[in-house]
Amino acid sequence: MVTPLLRVRDLHVTYRTRERHVRAVRGVDLELAPGEVLALVGASGSGKSTLAHSIVGLLPRGGAAEGSIRFGGDELTGLSERHLRSIRGARIGFVPQDPGVSLNPVKRIGEQVAEALTVHRRADRRTAAARAVALLDTAGIPNPDLRARQYPHQLSGGMRQRVLIAVALACEPALVIADEPTSALDVTVQKRLLDHFAALTARTGTAVLLVTHDLGVAADRADRIAVMDGGRIVETGPAARLIAEPGHAYTRTLLDAAPGLTDAPARPEAPQSDPILTVTGLAKRFTLPGRRRIQAVDGIDLAVPRGATLAVVGESGSGKSTTARIVARLTEPDAGTVHFDGEDVTAARGAALRRLRSRVQLVYQNPYASLDPRWRVGDIVAEPLRAFGLGDRGERAARAAELLEQVGLAPELLRRRPVELSGGQRQRVAIARALAPGPDLLVLDEPVSALDTAVQARILRLLDDLQRRLGLSYLFVSHDLAVVRQVADTVAVMREGRVVEHGPASRVLTDPADPYTRELLAAVPGTTVRAGDHPLEPAAATPRRDLA
Amino acid sequence: MARYLIGRAAAAALVLWAAFTVAFVLLRFLPGDAIGARISPEEQGSISSDQLAALRERYGLGESMIVQYGQSLLDALRGDFGFSLATGAPVGEAIAEALPHTLALAGAALLIAVVLGAGTALGAVYTERPWLRQFLLGLPPVGVSVPTFWVGLLLIQTVSFQWGLLPAMGNKGFESLILPAATLALPTAAVIAQVLAKSLTETWEKAYVDTARAKGASRGRILLRHALRNAAMPTLTLAGVTAGNLLAGSVVVETVFSRIGIGRMTQLAVASRDLPVLQGLVLLAAAVFVTVSLAVDLAHPLIDPRTARAGAQEGRTA
Repeated sequence: MVTPLLRVRDLHVTYRTRERHVRAVRGVDLELAPGEVLALVGASGSGKSTLAHSIVGLLPRGGAAEGSIRFGGDELTGLSERHLRSIRGARIGFVPQDPGVSLNPVKRIGEQVAEALTVHRRADRRTAAARAVALLDTAGIPNPDLRARQYPHQLSGGMRQRVLIAVALACEPALVIADEPTSALDVTVQKRLLDHFAALTARTGTAVLLVTHDLGVAADRADRIAVMDGGRIVETGPAARLIAEPGHAYTRTLLDAAPGLTDAPARPEAPQSDPILTVTGLAKRFTLPGRRRIQAVDGIDLAVPRGATLAVVGESGSGKSTTARIVARLTEPDAGTVHFDGEDVTAARGAALRRLRSRVQLVYQNPYASLDPRWRVGDIVAEPLRAFGLGDRGERAARAAELLEQVGLAPELLRRRPVELSGGQRQRVAIARALAPGPDLLVLDEPVSALDTAVQARILRLLDDLQRRLGLSYLFVSHDLAVVRQVADTVAVMREGRVVEHGPASRVLTDPADPYTRELLAAVPGTTVRAGDHPLEPAAATPRRDLA
Repeated sequence: MARYLIGRAAAAALVLWAAFTVAFVLLRFLPGDAIGARISPEEQGSISSDQLAALRERYGLGESMIVQYGQSLLDALRGDFGFSLATGAPVGEAIAEALPHTLALAGAALLIAVVLGAGTALGAVYTERPWLRQFLLGLPPVGVSVPTFWVGLLLIQTVSFQWGLLPAMGNKGFESLILPAATLALPTAAVIAQVLAKSLTETWEKAYVDTARAKGASRGRILLRHALRNAAMPTLTLAGVTAGNLLAGSVVVETVFSRIGIGRMTQLAVASRDLPVLQGLVLLAAAVFVTVSLAVDLAHPLIDPRTARAGAQEGRTA
């Protein structure tokens, strides 16, 4: 047995707030060999992110760690801030979760990468700039010279995460901790990024602690997987074995929830009916700052089957959200028509538009932003009723309680505010609000992509159940084919404003005609496991090369 | 950019015109006028109403409101702001003479306020000792709540009279500037400290601060290189309002320290109902506000590249 690079023994982390103490990590033991890739998997609130942060002493205010963290011969708990600083960045790199907010918005990319070198005196002022460009190049950023001079807001999310990887790997640390590095990114971007990251760390023999909520990602990327629940590690084992024969009940729950790992077949083909919504020749162009124009939607035709689901799939920038907004009449198209229930509603106004609004409702991606934090749940759910003048106060309150029950929430929640609810509960509230005026069509814009896989699975089951009971039709927008596989009757794949493939889910997802659809399918996490090409040996001590 | 500046200039002209008009109307509704203010109560019995009417006629106060307004607006456009009723001197010249003294005072006060305010805020966020943080964060409320004239009198009493270190009054040289500037700076420093400390504390919670910590950067480095520039925006926006505070504060400070300047001039003009001078001073204040807020808006993109206007920015790419 090789001496472990990292050995955590009986680690406890407690957050002290004025009201209470929260024990986020409760006695964790963990070992990581040099060059090994260990995935730490769990739902949000399981303590996985806290554990990862405590290793480098980056707990938020009020957090305190007790126990032992030995790293390469040093005991990290109780180490002085000054000593910890010399380890952070130099010997332990850190890739944060959300590339959108993890770079300083007012400093140039090059400076931010160079800083990782200069704080540890690995480069002086003059050489640091050139080294930063080289690091950006290594991280797979095209035109690194130009990018180094730009600011974070000028880069896409995937590019920013590559910058953060360049920062984490700048000093060639022995260990990199990656905290949900791709959960904010599209699946295709995620795949390319993780492929590149694996290649870089394998080349330098860097050990990786990969924190993720997605067992599919863990299965694809890790030598070993540790499953966390309620602040404890409930199961650890070689990746292939843990996926094949999960020992703990919680692991099985996660496994069932992981969209990429379940071989749920596409839905049986729904009987053909007249579509409830048809879109013909739809086009929309936006003008960006600097007078550049972008053709967001470029002449597309779509049809949503009545009582069934059309899934629109694509990466960010493909025009799928714009399409959803045009259908919901929140954005005006430049050209094309929208027919709803046999009626041309492209230019509906006044009473006709209000009637349409009550029959077509929208559910947004981010349940943290789409609910007013100052309102109570009861008011949020009843708002559409008030807006459409349906019922008196008493009837509306009764209807709100009924709606909550329909989405599987207890009526006690009516008095709560959004901040007191979990992400899944919030999205249920958003769905209840959309159901309030009794719509026929729900436009769902990435309704589960901000949620954990376990919560995702429950929301998708709810949507399926509601569709059956209420005869709803769905326009379901998503970047994730694994999710789409579970909900769609028909699928439209969008790329750069055009529909590249449109057909029954059973055909598009099993026998795609377009190369782009095939690429999307290949990017679904967990694919390597299902394909059976995952190395079966517990490669605890050998750096992985197969992903390089 | 050129189109933007032309637009801003047009808006500025509109603001100046509105300030002129509002000032004109309000000043005419003040009880009493310059003639009444110049004649002492004892004299009032000896002057007949005919004589008063003649006096008013001479100073152009007999015409109808509309005619008076039109005449003075035309004059103002030509750069002629009339003559002081109290001294007979041209208003433009009087202001031009007083302005440099007040600019020096306000400039020095702004410098002291920024150093003092930013220092307090940075210190409060940097320190890890709770008692020191609480102490530093407790200073701004005290700073805004003590009256300026009291601070001025206190400084004169101790620094000038007891210790004899600095002159208590006058406009002679740099030394005479220190005490009034410090007095004027205090409330502004307090506001800067309060706003900057709040936005620094918020910035400290941002994810990019964690990224910097994970690089191994020290607290001081993160504070100065990462947090300060991000937190500076609200403080910079505040600077527009601060300019007004300094102008208003100069009324009290220049009076307490017996200095020549715009503030003193304002106080005298109000006391003697000197309408042409007051009209000129209101226009000056409006001009200062417009200039400062334009300067602040132009400075924003220098601090935060995301606020750069279209054209000045390289395209975002995927």
